[in-house]
This record gives sequence, structure tokens and C-alpha cells, in this order.
Amino acid sequence: MKEIYLDHAATSPMHPEVIEKMTELMGSVYGNASSIHSIGRHARKYLDDAKMVLAQSIGAKDQEIIMTSGGSEADNLAIFGTAYARRNEGRHIITSQIEHHAVLHTCERLEKQGFKVTYLPVNAQGVVSVQDVQQALTDDTILVTIMYGNNEVGSIQPIKEIGSLLKKHKATFHTDAVQAYGIEKFDVEDLQVDLLSVSAHKLNGPKGIGFLYQRENTPLQSTLLGGEQERKRRAGTENIPAICAFAEAVRIAQANFEVKQQEFVSFQELFLNTLDQAKISYHVNGDRANTLPHVLNISFTGMDVESFLVNLDMAGIAASSGSACTAGLIDPSHVLVAMYGKGAPELRNSIRFSFGFGLSLEDVQVAADKTVEIVERLAK
Amino acid sequence: MIYLDHSATTKPDSAVMQTFIQANERYYANPASLHQMGTEANTLLMKAREQIAQILKTEPEHIIFTSGGTESNNFAIKGFARANQHRGKHILISAIEHPSVIESARHLTNEGFELEFIDVDKNGSVKLSDLQSKIRKDTVLVSIMHVNNEMGAIQPILEMAKIIRSNSRAFFHVDAVQSFGKLPVQFQGDNGPDALTISGHKINGLKGTGLLAFSKRIKIQPIQHGGGQELGYRSGTVAVPQNVALAKAMRLAVEQMAENTPKFEKWREDLHAFFNKFYHVHVISNNGGAPHIISCSVRGLKGEVVVNALQSEGFIVSTSSACSSKDSSISHVIEALQIEESFEKGVIRISLGNGLTNSDIEQFKVVFAKMMKQLKGETIQL
Repeated sequence: MKEIYLDHAATSPMHPEVIEKMTELMGSVYGNASSIHSIGRHARKYLDDAKMVLAQSIGAKDQEIIMTSGGSEADNLAIFGTAYARRNEGRHIITSQIEHHAVLHTCERLEKQGFKVTYLPVNAQGVVSVQDVQQALTDDTILVTIMYGNNEVGSIQPIKEIGSLLKKHKATFHTDAVQAYGIEKFDVEDLQVDLLSVSAHKLNGPKGIGFLYQRENTPLQSTLLGGEQERKRRAGTENIPAICAFAEAVRIAQANFEVKQQEFVSFQELFLNTLDQAKISYHVNGDRANTLPHVLNISFTGMDVESFLVNLDMAGIAASSGSACTAGLIDPSHVLVAMYGKGAPELRNSIRFSFGFGLSLEDVQVAADKTVEIVERLAK
Repeated sequence: MIYLDHSATTKPDSAVMQTFIQANERYYANPASLHQMGTEANTLLMKAREQIAQILKTEPEHIIFTSGGTESNNFAIKGFARANQHRGKHILISAIEHPSVIESARHLTNEGFELEFIDVDKNGSVKLSDLQSKIRKDTVLVSIMHVNNEMGAIQPILEMAKIIRSNSRAFFHVDAVQSFGKLPVQFQGDNGPDALTISGHKINGLKGTGLLAFSKRIKIQPIQHGGGQELGYRSGTVAVPQNVALAKAMRLAVEQMAENTPKFEKWREDLHAFFNKFYHVHVISNNGGAPHIISCSVRGLKGEVVVNALQSEGFIVSTSSACSSKDSSISHVIEALQIEESFEKGVIRISLGNGLTNSDIEQFKVVFAKMMKQLKGETIQL
């Protein structure tokens, strides 16, 4: 049985050209970029070129890119780094209840150290209100961290509006764009963010690599200390093959933005039409009007997520109850709790299907048909 | 180009790359995912963990995968000190640690910890008497590198462990980045270290891979928060293919040791004898050190000049260490060794690794002798 992987928001397979690039460079550009000899300088050039590609993809300058080991490290660096660098200016942080755990748990850690954190609510579509941000701002606020697009339900947040609101405030503005990068086009000047996190493995790049965009002159205290790599902002030997592979993945994503978006929208339509035709009772979680097209989170009336997932899995369909990072145990999703409240049926009957590279319309049709079968069987 | 800078980084072994490629093709799913593909990836990850635990003589649940040596060192030092400050706030490290250890320990002084440095002798060995006199009841952490990255000194880990255990409740962390695959590196219960740092790219593994291993269950605070992966110790999607490649690289490194060690030792002794013939060369490493690191200095020259001269003849060596080589001042290691002033700036490091032959070393000597004649006007009998 062919497995159909509908969990691209958890992680994605590497693009064949990306892995080819990466393994080629492992052999040919293995030098340490900090070495002063020719093999080191050769490696440095590859590093600089790759960072240029990454910077340009979000409208940044190459020196504003800090390579990290992934999205979680980028989020930790953004939040700890800002809090510690600006602790003398204030101790208040604003975030939302639907952030990734790399943001939420880092904020909770800071609360234990005397910082005050406001966790903004969201509406039933999973969207933060700009007005709430405005009302939460105080003279003591040093950081606002709101994700670009939610990883569980796909709702896109009003980043640009918050960015323009914060233009008149001293607070640093961070957005976790891990789930949106490579899917949505954005520009840091347009968004007016100061810090932005991304990860490679969500867009068919390698695992273990990501970056934090840091607007020039944005205060940030390093979290990984040691050598003077990344302009003294992040120590550790540069992972050049992975960084170049990341740049390659970004190049491929950029060349296919429109095609990919349309494809994912058509996947969503096909999936939902199939459910409609079978008269399945469901509703989509998230903001249908403004969503990441590769995330489709569906609440199936009367279903139970655990047996549903097991059945999907047995049918060869890899989907998820929410974020993979928390999926080890099926705890109710904090995102759905924020949207619907504790005890809501959606907490027990929602499945996330997420699309990506390598999927065809046929695959999605098969997955939708099997989903219908399972719902009908379980409903009996 | 003949690459003699294996302590800076190494080229991945082709078998390691193959492992990486294969794991990516089939096991790309997130090991935290509950579906079949996730479970399969997780099984593979567990296997890698078991293999590594066997090599290091500990339990699989005591292996925490990280992004490399720097992260492991940051995690060990900040994580342990912060989680155990009720035991005391005194930290001891040697004066010649890697910057990732020094900077992490120094950072903790902002959090109320007290940092002291243990002296080394002119061979780069930690003075046990100095450890004995500086260790205290409230020492919470001692961190020492097994092999120094700039000049190869091997530290007396077991003797140190004895002193630490009988005088304190301190946690003993050993940075084994430069020693793993060159010397036996294994836990020894209470007779050895509590934690080890290992990096993939120094042992023909991949960059961006590494681990922190514990001998037993310990209390440590994460430095990276989020999804709670790696048993809650280190958040972030686990890079299964990379970690499987790390297990492979570690296995290969241990297997190759039997063949490499006598070869490297012979070359090292040979090079030491060769360098000693020059009046204008001061040999910093010695035959008691790690087999793969040779360090020397040319009187009155800058390390960069020597590196460039050798490079123009096809040999890649480095100044003291890659991590600090952009800094033109004298390395903290060289400073701690208190070598004669005229030799302070001309330090180069030759580090051996896989793929080298006898003739490469012979060629190197010819080229070095030629350089000495050109730059210093010194000739010796080859």
C-alpha cells in the first residue's frame, strides 16, 4: 500500500535537488568557514552566497540573518535574546495563546524569572485582534511575539497591522514564520517586523537548520556562546552544506510560489468537495478567508480523534491531531482550546491534513475517499 | 591540496553520507508524529541512540542529541549549574577550554556564579594540585576538555574525577570533541565524568550534529524550550537522518582507531623530531598528547604567514584554532602555556585525519623545510 503523507506541516521530505546539493557540498565544501586557509575561505564564500539568497527571500540584508539549528532555536533566541538584552527597559511581553510551544514555553520560562507575559486570546477563527495588542501594550512592553500563520489551523495573523501599530512603540516585534515561510510571500520591510524565525525542514529543506532575521540594531543577547561565528551572535561551526541546501530549497519554493499555492487550494477544494458529496458533517477550523493553503484542519461531527487517526494510519494516510511536537500524547490542542474553549467538541474530533511536495490530485482524492469511508464506518 | 586541519573540521565519510541519504528517503517523518511513518522514524532514532549508548557505555535515555559541540557545551554548563545551584555556585574550568565552555561559564557569573580557572603546566596539562586546592564543598560544576584542540594535551580525567568526588558533590563535564575517535572515550561509573560532549563533524560525520551524554540520570535545565523533544531536555524537531548519521560516524571512528592511532603516533613523533631540528621552531605539542594534533611556532613570524606559505605549496594547516583564528591576538591557550614571546604569534597546528599517507607527511616536511629556508634562512639536514 502506498502511504499518502498528509503531514507536511509536521515536517516535509527533502526535495531531491536539495538533498543532491547537500550531499555534493558535504564532499566538496567541507571546510570550516572560520579557517583562514583557502579551503576555509572557499567554504565561507558558499556560506555568504547562501545567506544572500535567504536574506533576499524576505527582503533583508545578509548581515541581518543569523543561522540557527532550526525554528525552535530561532524562537528561543528571539525571545530570550530580546528579554535579556532589554530587561532594563521593561519586563513585559505580549504573545498569543496559539503560538508554537517554542514561543509559549520560552515565555513561561521568562515568567519564572520575573517577566510579565500577556497571552492574548484569539477569536473562533484563530486570529489575534490588533486592538487587543494595542490594549495590552504598556510602557513596560519590550517584546511582542505573534506567529505569522498558525501551524495547526493555518490562520494567518494580522502581522502587518501589528507591525505598523508597533512603529510608534519601543517594543521589539517578533514573528514566528516557520509555518508560512516558503508558502506565503512576505517582506520584512512590508511587515515591519524586527525579528522573524524560519525553519528549513518545513519547506523540503534539511532538518536541523533555520534562521532568525534580526533587523539592524535590534538588541539581542546571544544564547549559544563560544566562537565568533555569525558576527558573534550565534556560536558553533557553520553547517554549510545544510545552509546551502536550505538556500536551494528556498530558491525552489520561490520559483513555484503561485503554482504551489494554487495546487494546495485545489487540494483543499477537492478534499472538502468529496466530504460534501458524501454528506459528511464537518466544519473547517481556522480562518477560511485568510489561511495558509497547505493546512486543512477539519472538525468531524461525532468522531473521536484517536480512533480516527488510527484508522487513517491503517488506511495508509499519515495525518495529525495537531502539532507534531505535542502529538506524542493526544492532549487537547492549546490552539483549539483558545479558539473554542475547554470542553468544546472540536478538541476531540479535529484532524489536521497538511499538503506539500510530491502530492498529486489523485493522492488527495484517494485520501479524501478513504476519509469518507472511515467516517461512515466509525459513525455506525 | 593536502588537508592537515582535521581538528577544525573533517570531510564526511562516504558511508556516513550514504546513511544520511538513505534515512532521508525513507524516514523523513517527524519522530514525534503518531502515524506509522512517524513511528518508523522514531524506531530508527531509538536504534541510533542505543548504538551510541553502547559505544559510550551508558543508557540510551542518557543520550541527548544537539546541533553540535557548542550547543552541547552550552547546555551542559548552563543547564547543570542553573538546575543545581542549591548545591553551590562555584564553577571550575581550565584556562585552556574551548570558547563555548569559557563563554558559557563566564556568562553564569552574571547570574551570581563564581568562576575560577585551573592552571595548566607548560605541557598544557591541568595541574592536579591546583584542582585540589581550588575545589570546594560548594563547587557545583567542573568542566574540562579531554584533549585540547589547539595543542593536543590530554587531561588526566580519571585522576581529576577522584579529586572532584572526594572533595565535592560537583558535576564533572568533559568536552570530548577532540578526543572521541582518537582516544578511548567511555563512561566509567563514578570513576569518570558525569557528562560528555561529542561533535559529529570532527569525526568524519556531518556538521550540525552532536550530543551531550550522561552517565546516569541527572538534574539539568534545558536551554532550548518548546515541544519537549529529547525527553524534555532539548526542544526542536529531531533530525533523525542526521542523528543516524552521527551514530554511524561514531561507530566508524571507533573502528578506525586501531588502524589510525599507531599511524598518527608515528607521524606525530616523526614531525616532532623534524620540527625540533630547527632553531627557529618551538614545538608546543608533545608525544604524550593526542596522536592527531601537532602544534609548533616559528620564531618572529605570524601564524597566518606560515599558513599562507604552506598553502601556496599545497598544504592546509591552521593557526591555533578555527574558532579563534579570525582574532589576530594571541590565543588564550598559547597564553596559558607561557611560551617565549618571540614564539607567541607564529603558532600553527597540524591535525591529522583519515585519508593521509606516509608520502603526504614526507612531502610536508620538504615543503616546510623549503619555507624555513625562504622565510628564516634556516637549513637543516632532512
